[in-house]
Amino acid sequence: MKIEDKKRVLREMVLHRRFEERCYQAYIERKIGGFLHLYPGQEACCNGVMEAARPGHDYVITGYRDHVHAIKCGADPKEVMAELYGKETGSSKGRGGSMHIFDTDKRFMGGYALVGGPFPLAAGIAKAIQLKGGDEIAICFLGDAANNQGVFHETLNMAALWKLPVLFVCENNLYGIGTSIERSTAVIHQHKRVAGYNIPADECDGQDIEVVYEHARKAVDHVRSGNGPYFLELMTYRYRGHSMSDSRGYRSREEEELWKQRDPIFILRDRLIKEGALTMEAFEALEKETDAYIENEVIKFSEESPEPRVEDREKYVFADRETQLPWLTGKAA
Amino acid sequence: MANIMYWEAIQRAHDEEMARDPLVICMGEDIGVAGGTYKATKGLYEKYGPHRVMDTPISEGGFTGLGIGASFLGVRPVIEIMSVNFAWLAMDQMFNSAAKVRYMSGGQLTAPCVFRSAGGAAHQLGAQHSARMEKVFMGIAGLRVVTPSNPRQAYGLLKSAIRSDDPVFINEHELMYNMKGEVPDGEYFHPLEGSEVTRSGTDVTLFGYNISVHWCLKAAEILDKQYGISAEVIDLYSLSPLDRAGIKRSVSKTHRAVIAEEDEAPVGVGSEVIAIINEECFFELDAAPVRVHSALVPQPYNHTLEKAAIPDHEDVVKAVLKLFGKA
Ligand SMILES: Cc1ncc(C[n+]2csc(CCOP(=O)(O)OP(=O)(O)O)c2C)c(N)n1
Ligand SMILES: [Mg+2]
Repeated sequence: MKIEDKKRVLREMVLHRRFEERCYQAYIERKIGGFLHLYPGQEACCNGVMEAARPGHDYVITGYRDHVHAIKCGADPKEVMAELYGKETGSSKGRGGSMHIFDTDKRFMGGYALVGGPFPLAAGIAKAIQLKGGDEIAICFLGDAANNQGVFHETLNMAALWKLPVLFVCENNLYGIGTSIERSTAVIHQHKRVAGYNIPADECDGQDIEVVYEHARKAVDHVRSGNGPYFLELMTYRYRGHSMSDSRGYRSREEEELWKQRDPIFILRDRLIKEGALTMEAFEALEKETDAYIENEVIKFSEESPEPRVEDREKYVFADRETQLPWLTGKAA
Repeated sequence: MANIMYWEAIQRAHDEEMARDPLVICMGEDIGVAGGTYKATKGLYEKYGPHRVMDTPISEGGFTGLGIGASFLGVRPVIEIMSVNFAWLAMDQMFNSAAKVRYMSGGQLTAPCVFRSAGGAAHQLGAQHSARMEKVFMGIAGLRVVTPSNPRQAYGLLKSAIRSDDPVFINEHELMYNMKGEVPDGEYFHPLEGSEVTRSGTDVTLFGYNISVHWCLKAAEILDKQYGISAEVIDLYSLSPLDRAGIKRSVSKTHRAVIAEEDEAPVGVGSEVIAIINEECFFELDAAPVRVHSALVPQPYNHTLEKAAIPDHEDVVKAVLKLFGKA
């Protein structure tokens, strides 16, 4: 990666980290409700892949751990936070919540709460791209445990059969809620499971963004060149609990410490310092600046935004009735 | 009588049945080492080991089918689907295999398994985690559906469901696991069929089940104290089959009915109970029955919209007052 890109991505990753930590705080303050799944520890995965892809141009879909993916695609952090606050200005107008961030202008096709749900949706998006003849690709980010849904295998088969332009990124953080991968899955290295479908599959370190980037470039090139699907597995770790009601009794503090030594942000930071492109002081200033932005703009916007009106409760259930009348009444001209 | 929580009652039923019969097993996501999302299987893994308390992969269709297959050979699996929203993935196996196999095989094969799942809207869990789906389960031939409104029922219904030779779906509620209540010290088998008169009254019958029983009880209290209306509360803990005789008995006495459900209408317990009233005791009615239900919207995340989408005891009171021409 070019130095300039690395510096930019570091800024973004710091934003992603601080954003998520701020969500944690807002949840404790009961500003955010429902389920909240945070991303710290996995930032190099989304960032590395999307640096190799074209954010805002390629279509991205994921699960409930979706804030950072949305922001990386170009969603405004203010709107994402406002969504978590349940406000009318939120990316889903306050109707969706943390697990359902959407920003289709930025081609972020949403976060979904059912494990495995996005697999076939991603393949369907790829099918549409294929039909329309564009050069976009579909990228599906999901966890390791999602691969135990039958629909994972059904989707791989169809994607390979029809040579769909879809990249499956498996963020293997070794756990599905409180169940470790050895206890849920016969094969730890998920890319091996893909072999039977004739889909090229690769695995790499998910903590070092440059490693992710190099592997993702190969993956993205493959898919964008019309060769069909690709599966990329990134070995990573989430630092916080699965969601907010998780005391992490299923894993040891030593294991967590080991992974914290491989913090994706620190890996990139230290490399930039070593390369003479950054100083520790500059990094610390960046963190402060980021926090100030989050506080003064993101949180402020979310706090000050209005709630949806109760009269609008039924809005968005169906298409606007007026626009549908010809078909609703059978009186199409 | 022990005063214990809903989750403890469920845990105790599992424990007693597993201690009695080595073929009773339980399976589901995070139920073993982690003890269950709602603690309903707490301590069982340590006691009965991984072969009988199975932490499953996130493969609802797969593990539900696997449990049903095991039940063909006499195993009694209690299959926990973490949230009823995920049950859609398991419904093919529940409906096409478990519910139909006895019939399709002319009685040769049965699927004596229990499905347990947490339903209902908790707090701001959004559209894909707040479903009430009793309407779907209660329309399937060959499947029994029960839904406990208190710890005693939670305990006794699970005990009976495990012993029953039919597949039984138990619909629990996310907001009720910490509710406390009296449970008999000795073994207790709650009937899988019928209904309970939770409060007796003379002027109107309030039908509820699971969480809406509590709305009805609260409403009955208010109606009595503030309006002098005597409401009878019927707990429809069995949703399939519904207790036709119990519904008829009460409505023939009070001549008025309100049905409260957290599920959205149309289609559901409300419409079904009204159909039964029509069939069984139409000429006993003094007023058209009313149903109280959620708005027909995917559950909104926003707190205010969410509250506006789900009814509560006040809506039950309003419905009754309307029946009496007082609102
Ligand atoms: C169909 C379905 N089953 C179960 C759940 C509950 N659940 C939510 S996340 C999760 C674990 C998923 O783990 P993984 O795919 O590895 O993703 P991670 O959370 O680790 O990013 C489970 C079991 C769900 N949301 N949907
Ligand atoms: Mg995982």
